[in-house]
Amino acid sequence: MRGYVLQRLALGVVQLALLAVLVFALTSLLPGDAAAVRYDGDATEEQVAALREQLQLDRPALERFAQWAGGVLTGDLGTSLVSGGPVAGVLAESAGATLVLAAVTIAVVVPLAMLLGIASGLHEGGRLDRAVTSVTLALNAIPDFVLALLLIAGLSLRLGWLPATWVGVGGGDLLGQPALLVLPVTVVAARMVCLLSRQIRAGMVTVLETGYVTQARRLGVPRRTVLLRHVLPNAAVPGIQELARVGDNLIGGVLIVEAVFAIPGVATALVRAVEARDVPTVQGLTLVLAVAALLFSLAADLVCHRLVPRTEALR
Amino acid sequence: MPNARSRREFIGLAGAAGAAGALVLTGCGGSGGGGADAKASPQRGGRFRAVFAGGGKAETIDPHAESLAIDMARTKAMFDRLVELGPDMAPVPRLARKWESNSEATVWRFTLRDALFHDGKKLSPEDVLFSLGRILDPKASNHFAQGLLSAIDLKNCRKTGKRTVEIALSEPSAEFPALLGTLGTAIVSSRYDDPAKPVGTGAFRLKSFAAGRSFVAERFDDHWDGGAYVDELRILPADTDARGNALRGGEAEFAYEMTPTFARSAEADQGVRILAAEGGAAHAIVMKCDQEPFDDPKVTLAFKLLADRRKLVDVVLAGRGAVGNDMFGKGYQYYPEDIPQRERDVDEARSLLRKAGALNKTLSFYTSDVAAGFVEAATLFAEQAADAGLRVKVTTGSAETYYADQLTKGVMGSHRSGAMTIPNYINDRLLSDSPFNASGWRRDDFDTTFAKAQSTTGKDERAKLYSGLQRTIHEEGGLLMWGHADWLNAASARVRGMKPAPPNTLGSARFDQVWLA
Repeated sequence: MRGYVLQRLALGVVQLALLAVLVFALTSLLPGDAAAVRYDGDATEEQVAALREQLQLDRPALERFAQWAGGVLTGDLGTSLVSGGPVAGVLAESAGATLVLAAVTIAVVVPLAMLLGIASGLHEGGRLDRAVTSVTLALNAIPDFVLALLLIAGLSLRLGWLPATWVGVGGGDLLGQPALLVLPVTVVAARMVCLLSRQIRAGMVTVLETGYVTQARRLGVPRRTVLLRHVLPNAAVPGIQELARVGDNLIGGVLIVEAVFAIPGVATALVRAVEARDVPTVQGLTLVLAVAALLFSLAADLVCHRLVPRTEALR
Repeated sequence: MPNARSRREFIGLAGAAGAAGALVLTGCGGSGGGGADAKASPQRGGRFRAVFAGGGKAETIDPHAESLAIDMARTKAMFDRLVELGPDMAPVPRLARKWESNSEATVWRFTLRDALFHDGKKLSPEDVLFSLGRILDPKASNHFAQGLLSAIDLKNCRKTGKRTVEIALSEPSAEFPALLGTLGTAIVSSRYDDPAKPVGTGAFRLKSFAAGRSFVAERFDDHWDGGAYVDELRILPADTDARGNALRGGEAEFAYEMTPTFARSAEADQGVRILAAEGGAAHAIVMKCDQEPFDDPKVTLAFKLLADRRKLVDVVLAGRGAVGNDMFGKGYQYYPEDIPQRERDVDEARSLLRKAGALNKTLSFYTSDVAAGFVEAATLFAEQAADAGLRVKVTTGSAETYYADQLTKGVMGSHRSGAMTIPNYINDRLLSDSPFNASGWRRDDFDTTFAKAQSTTGKDERAKLYSGLQRTIHEEGGLLMWGHADWLNAASARVRGMKPAPPNTLGSARFDQVWLA
């Protein structure tokens, strides 16, 4: 177990290194650099050159990357080319809203998906199953931003039940105003619930048909015990693995709702950094997002192992 | 997010300023051009939330480093300028009660009004001199007005009395007061040293600021102009759609820079009023006069005759604007209204092109989606040019660096300019040594006439010179200025005391006069 974790972490470090190189290369491919973008059309060539020198953009890309990477190894995420302040500061400021959003989403998604998946799996082909299947399939087909706009138009602008954006908070406390979370969390959670509940349902159906469940039933083990001890843990595994996989849905969904609901989070900061060609900030933020995704996936695998130690989840 | 970038054409090097003469036109919807404002008397109190396109970490509250619209709104709340620009781009007094110059327009004397800073001290000539020194500080690379005010001869500026200050220039500038009404020119206290602790004379005093997140200010009761009505002002960042949603959802009272699409959908909404200012943005197609085939004025004229301006306005600006007449500054001071509107004439265009031997050539049009309508206008114009047998190939480039790339790519390009004075516009874009001379227009006689206008203190004579310059541009210049878009802002129906105003004018994003009904 410990060996597995170490192995996964080592692999993670390699993945992060590759990602860092890739992101750096891709941002370098974008037209213009931080100096050109900041002064676009506002300054003479000399001014742009001076800024480029000041930001050390005139130095070779490899050297800049090496310097940044060296900093990261010592825990320094680098300096923003826009604000001149540390990237860690950008992260600290923007992470709060994103974390709240992600955490609340997960807290909603997991129980809801379990409930729907189990219920429909137990009644395969029944009315409930068909209803859940149609709704989740339909919802899954709606892009996040369209869902967001529909919800805003209906629930906020027409009915006035919920706030349409986070603008009114003005940097205030978000958890203190749960109404603000309802729509953004609904949008991000919707697709995740669809994907997860369908996986859990499929797991339920498969497990219910396996020999050991039939055998347990035949032996007269109470239905309740069969479900809780044998069916659920096994059926949950694909669901939890799916949860790890839909981590990108979570990140993608958060990015979209941050823009639609004017939430000043990591995704918003990342988009601004890309626009400004603020390479160290882009690098730092993607690295942290990647670390989060890796840890999330590792945690999901460990939970699977805990539930069903003999499965091949940890291979 | 393209909104954050759209500042550039709205500012240019010279800052900007401006407004057409049509402030009253759209008026305060619902209340019939301010009728309700006039009837009810302003009330104090309440919280006013205004939403702008954000700039993330690039946002600032340093009034001399301001560059985004959201920066300018915050600065306007906390600071005042000596001079602001009125609806026709003519200077109007603010902290300077009046001004006069010597006959060469090289020394300007400003008389200051009684105003208090937020720390309770009186405005003095020393504060003005300190502010100019800070703006021009060679070590500050991001002080926007440096280029604009570079003619100021700091060593020879001086206090001439308790309320008077003399600003000396190294070269004549008959438009100098207007320059003081543009971007990055706020007067700060001589005790101001930390941008995080602003000391201004504005109607609001800072409570808190976090770049890219929020700005909160409270009313400053001792403001010289009577002060604000609302207790608290919040200026917040949000993208276009979120601004509209916040306004319609009751989470904001004012949204800056809205789209024609939003305006149309908001028409049915009783809770929202659109504030449309005419002449907020000039749209043009730039032809490079220093390159073939546009080095022949017959060709530029032919292209101007090819444009179906009404259709461009209807399609690209969704009808929210006026047709242009190939000159900047419709409705502004010094705009020659007597020059007839250019109409479409394909036959005449074709015959001019034939004479110039410019038919049957493929021309490259470089554009980008950096500003709303650029790509649409380019594509539509390419179709219109095809009516004369011309092939225009439209290329769409990177939004982030468009304005720099435009100088080197394509023989045609898209151009948009926000409101600024006509002299500023010419100075920025149409002189031989203008840094942003996108049309490659270089004429010695034009430069000479402009310099003459700059040193002419007689107002009528100066106006005649500018009028002549505009006429030359109209006939021979490389700007196919096809339309003037309305500048659209939106406010909650509860908001009173707010008039439509294009960016960079005194009335734009001005919150000391607003109150909530």
